[in-house]
Amino acid sequence: MAERRDADVVVIGAGPAGLAAAVHAAETGVRVVVVDQSSNPGGQIWRHRDARALPPAARQWLDRFGACGAALLADTAVVSADSGRLLVAGPNGAIALHARAIVLATGARELFLPFPGWTLPNVFGVGGLQALVKSGLDVRGKRVVIAGSGPLLFPVAATVAAAGADLLAVCEHAARGRLLAFAASLWRSPSKLAAAAAYRSAFRRTPFRTGAWVERAEGRDRLESVAITDGRRRWIVPCDYLATAAGLIPNVEVGLALGCEVARGALVVDARQATSVGGVFAAGECTGVAGEDAAVIEGTVAGLAAAGRDPGAWSRRAAAGRAFARRLAAAFAPRREVTARADATTIVCRCEDVRCGDLQPDWGSRQAKLAARAGMGACQGRVCGAALQQMFGWDAPRVRPPLIPVPTGVLGDPEREPR
Amino acid sequence: MSDTVAITIDGRAHAVAPGTSVAVALLASGASRFRTSLQGEPRGPVCGMGICFECRLTIDGRPHQRACLVACTPGMTIETGESAHG
Repeated sequence: MAERRDADVVVIGAGPAGLAAAVHAAETGVRVVVVDQSSNPGGQIWRHRDARALPPAARQWLDRFGACGAALLADTAVVSADSGRLLVAGPNGAIALHARAIVLATGARELFLPFPGWTLPNVFGVGGLQALVKSGLDVRGKRVVIAGSGPLLFPVAATVAAAGADLLAVCEHAARGRLLAFAASLWRSPSKLAAAAAYRSAFRRTPFRTGAWVERAEGRDRLESVAITDGRRRWIVPCDYLATAAGLIPNVEVGLALGCEVARGALVVDARQATSVGGVFAAGECTGVAGEDAAVIEGTVAGLAAAGRDPGAWSRRAAAGRAFARRLAAAFAPRREVTARADATTIVCRCEDVRCGDLQPDWGSRQAKLAARAGMGACQGRVCGAALQQMFGWDAPRVRPPLIPVPTGVLGDPEREPR
Repeated sequence: MSDTVAITIDGRAHAVAPGTSVAVALLASGASRFRTSLQGEPRGPVCGMGICFECRLTIDGRPHQRACLVACTPGMTIETGESAHG
């Protein structure tokens, strides 16, 4: 039976945006509950085993969060969502959260586009490898190739190199001209350029190729080598780990379940971070991927607005962050060669082992589910649904509860009064 | 406080640093097959953050646990190779 719990503001996600929202709301004196599926607050970017290893800004937010009076439900995921009521599942079973306002701070995930061999063990995401290293993976002496797109490549390459890996190549699929134009557009944010230069210096012994991507991965039971191409030439690189993804995309599933409007793959918000659904706010990378500073600003606006306060001048800075997110998404959009790498035998839906040749390009996500079971597995189409939108221009798969696999019974549970 | 955590992976004893995720403990042990796909392929972690469900395995008898989200605790038993649906 689900326990009932009431709050003024429920925040989904304890990354930079969620923490800023929770802190700002709780500091006005309202009751705040934060839900996160990890054991510790911080989200992906501030993931840590030892807080002393975090940058000072992150430690400050975590300290402030610890002191602000907000409650954290860790190891807890959203199962279903409708207006004012969220069913979440955690270590102590299901909880029905009733809130006046909801702040979605669900972050972003990587866009994984299928290519031959991408299902081999030891082929990770770019952020995926970083998350594993932050969780304690020892990469000393491991031969690593990083291939993807966007601003995540450099910090991950720097992390992996600093951790003692034998980093063989870093590949950005965007062409050099596009990359230089984007860098030039950053003249008003010299700190971003300086950060990129510092990261590059941290992996200076590794070649950085632009306009290059992974064509295929080879191996028997695990990764043994990758083929990298620039569209004309091809290099075979024997390696232990491949970290590859085509950039980041907003996590909008909980927002979709609540009925929030989505445009260009991101939750639509106004100057107060309010979504199209009353009482539901959104902040951080689920409204567009713009980095942690922008996420903190959006979280600040959302937390104040959800608590009924005026976010004031923070709103303008949040809007600037969303404009940056749109420029970023355009500059690093997957190129056609990268969305078209799968051949007929390449698995597209990893949960159900559905191959590219099992699907017709003129289907949509619904027909692919019905006819081929693509998107019907444990990840609920979070991986293949996003890929098929890029590959075939399909619609986003419809979201239906449960949003994560849960034991039968959790969804239909009646509520129990609080103890 | 002990400086290592004793766990069991497929019946073999391992010691890991406190705070190590189950996914990292497995990779450090040399394992790369976390689960077996419907058509019999080996699969391991991809996203590292609970999205892709490729790293799921059985932890302390509970199936379908995402290895990347769970931290190792003393005495934990981990079984790989899960092929069941879900």
